[in-house]
Amino acid sequence: MRKFKEYIIEKLILASGLASIFFVIVIFLFLLKEGLAVFKIVTPANFLFGKNWYPISEPPQLGIFPLILGSLLVTLGAAIISVPIGIACAVYIAEVAPVRTKEILKASIELLAAIPSVVLGFIGMVTLVPWVKSIFKLPTGLTALSGSIMLAFMAMPTIVSIAEDALYSVPRSHKEGALALGATHWQTIYRVLLPAASSGILAAVMLGIGRVIGETMAVMMITGNAALMPHSFLQPVRTLTATIAAEMGEAVVGSEHYFALFAIGIVLFVISFAINITADLFLHRKR
Amino acid sequence: MVKFNIEGLNIWFGQIHSIKELRMEIYANEILSVIGPANSGKTTFLRMLNRLNELEMNFSMKGKVEFDGQGIFTFDTEVLRKKIGMVFALPLPLPLSIFGNVAYGARMHGVRQKKKLEDIVEKALQEAYLWDEVKDRLGASAFKLSGGQQQRLCIARTLAVEPEVILFDEPCSGLDPISTAKVEEAMRKLKQHYSLVLVTNNVKQAARVGDRTAFFLSGELVEIDKTEKIFTMPSDTRTDEYIRGKFG
Amino acid sequence: MRNPQRTEKIAFFFLFLATLVIALPVGLVVIIIISKGLPAINWQFLSDIPRQGMRSGGIFPAIMGTVYLVTGAIIFALPIGLLAAVYLSEYAKDNLLTRVIKLAIVNLAGVPSVVYGLFGLALFVVFFKFGASILSGSLTLGIMILPIIITASREALESVPYSFREVSYSLGASKWQTIRHIVLPNAIPGILTGTILGLGRAAGETAPILFTVAAFYLPQLPKSIFDQAMALPYHLYVISTQVPNVDEKIRYATALVLLVLVLCMNLVAILIRYQFRKRKKW
Repeated sequence: MRKFKEYIIEKLILASGLASIFFVIVIFLFLLKEGLAVFKIVTPANFLFGKNWYPISEPPQLGIFPLILGSLLVTLGAAIISVPIGIACAVYIAEVAPVRTKEILKASIELLAAIPSVVLGFIGMVTLVPWVKSIFKLPTGLTALSGSIMLAFMAMPTIVSIAEDALYSVPRSHKEGALALGATHWQTIYRVLLPAASSGILAAVMLGIGRVIGETMAVMMITGNAALMPHSFLQPVRTLTATIAAEMGEAVVGSEHYFALFAIGIVLFVISFAINITADLFLHRKR
Repeated sequence: MVKFNIEGLNIWFGQIHSIKELRMEIYANEILSVIGPANSGKTTFLRMLNRLNELEMNFSMKGKVEFDGQGIFTFDTEVLRKKIGMVFALPLPLPLSIFGNVAYGARMHGVRQKKKLEDIVEKALQEAYLWDEVKDRLGASAFKLSGGQQQRLCIARTLAVEPEVILFDEPCSGLDPISTAKVEEAMRKLKQHYSLVLVTNNVKQAARVGDRTAFFLSGELVEIDKTEKIFTMPSDTRTDEYIRGKFG
Repeated sequence: MRNPQRTEKIAFFFLFLATLVIALPVGLVVIIIISKGLPAINWQFLSDIPRQGMRSGGIFPAIMGTVYLVTGAIIFALPIGLLAAVYLSEYAKDNLLTRVIKLAIVNLAGVPSVVYGLFGLALFVVFFKFGASILSGSLTLGIMILPIIITASREALESVPYSFREVSYSLGASKWQTIRHIVLPNAIPGILTGTILGLGRAAGETAPILFTVAAFYLPQLPKSIFDQAMALPYHLYVISTQVPNVDEKIRYATALVLLVLVLCMNLVAILIRYQFRKRKKW
């Protein structure tokens, strides 16, 4: 009897272990199921590179190129801001900060990670957006730049914590060897620690970027959501994620618009899949 | 009476050949001391007897190990390990109360009644010479005990499942001389009812408590014989050199 | 002449500056929300339904909606997540399957939250015909927080010393008995921490509930798990972008309630972790 009970439990454990694989597959299948239908009315090339996104005109124009560029632009801006600052912060926490300061900094980074994205979006709307508007004397502060700044901020916890882990996992002896040769602490960091931790730091950057591309609410609230080809950081843009979030509510189930939004979901899923797999390879190469 | 019969036993962990062509017998109601330098295979040998080795990922083996005339792989691991108890090198109390530690095995084998568990716990603690020291605080955490008491608690915990054989893996390596003496005393009393296999780094301990002594070197059994014989006129010069402290 | 000591000073100064650039805004965000939101918070705000097109009244239905959603998500995700963690820490061998499971978990953690929303819509709302409902939303959030629970629980399980397992086996306990009586009880604080962090995440997410459950305006409590519900994060989104002329104070107060809810959960998780480290017996 006990044997039988344990047999059942162990099968349940195995099933739960496999659940993650199952869910990833089911997510992808259902995105495909609802999204592939769009390619009956638009070719994949025209979908990805079409310059017009008018999903409810007649006939609908379903080109997501402006949205892809919107996502890329915001992500690029966020990366330019967050990568150097994030790595610098990780180095400061891992190597320079005194113990007490380190604890406070780590806590505030954790705090940042915990703040819901809609709250940050709201704060961005009422503080960052007016600032951008007045500093650059724009008609609206809802711009790609505002989105980039906000997203850079939101990517920090990912970048800092993973890069910090990477720096910690560099063997102590590397560092002590360099210091023993008379290098300053900074020279040691710059010439020994950073190169040794480079694959982990690269993974940190990639995962940070993954976080940025997937971010939805904050970006929808402060980038202005204009589905036009973007030309500069100082104009409104619309990202892939924001398009889904903003429009799915109005799309009729089974309509072309609905299929197209799922097709955007496929694109996002594939991007995040690629980023996570690659980052994981970098993290494992380290060991 | 023969408890264990081992023939042609070879054990590998990955590429490492830990036990080579072992052949020996272990009798009922004896204390068998197993000595040898580090990495001689003596702990691997011990963990073969209750099949703990197979928890390692890269374990593989060849040969025959019989317990009471029956191959050990024909037993359920749970049944086998109930009959063959083990005391580890460091005192390893489970994070439970004193009572909880001793009662653990019995509970896992289905004993539920409180009265019965209490009897089992008292008897086991008596046998391990710990009862008088802990009877007033059975509910206290086992980690509150001293190192020597913890080790005797571990012996009591092993006794509580009523094994036939008890394996000791360097049980006194973390203990001071007084605690060691108490553990050794417990072992000598226990041999009336059990077979004991004692792996030890301490040659003197082997001489003090062992009826027979086996000497392992680099995975091979160099010699096994009555303890007096091993310590007075060993037949192999390597044994002689080891017990006189020339290496190891 | 380059002076290494001076270079070092300058470099460290910039590192410090970068850190400030991150840490100061975090503090600022929290301070702004508290100072502007606190004055608007009173019992009525917390216990009343929204009135006048959400321009006055309270946020009670949104708070309760979030409580229902989070509860549902945990009921779904905790057993699966915990057992998956047990599989990885106690059963998984070092082989391809394990590697694939780990990759799948990493990927689940990385899927954009709005894609979870799409998935929930396609599977639960449309395919299973649960409609936009608490059930659909909870299941969607549950799958989303699964990786958090698995990762934290697995770490907790693996931090239980291997020797405890050996002792248990050596006394003739079976594998499941060992897990059930030795490993799990000693991993509970870590599992709890992970679960609460998952709760916080589920409470704060908006995108996954946009099309699976969230009601724009529903001034009553849901009656069953097949009803729509309001939710705090979605409500904040709605009153800050979709409804014109809402008093700033109400927006800040809503943001504050959400923030406090999420941060309290995180705080509890941190306290449990801290207590556990202090009391650790081995």
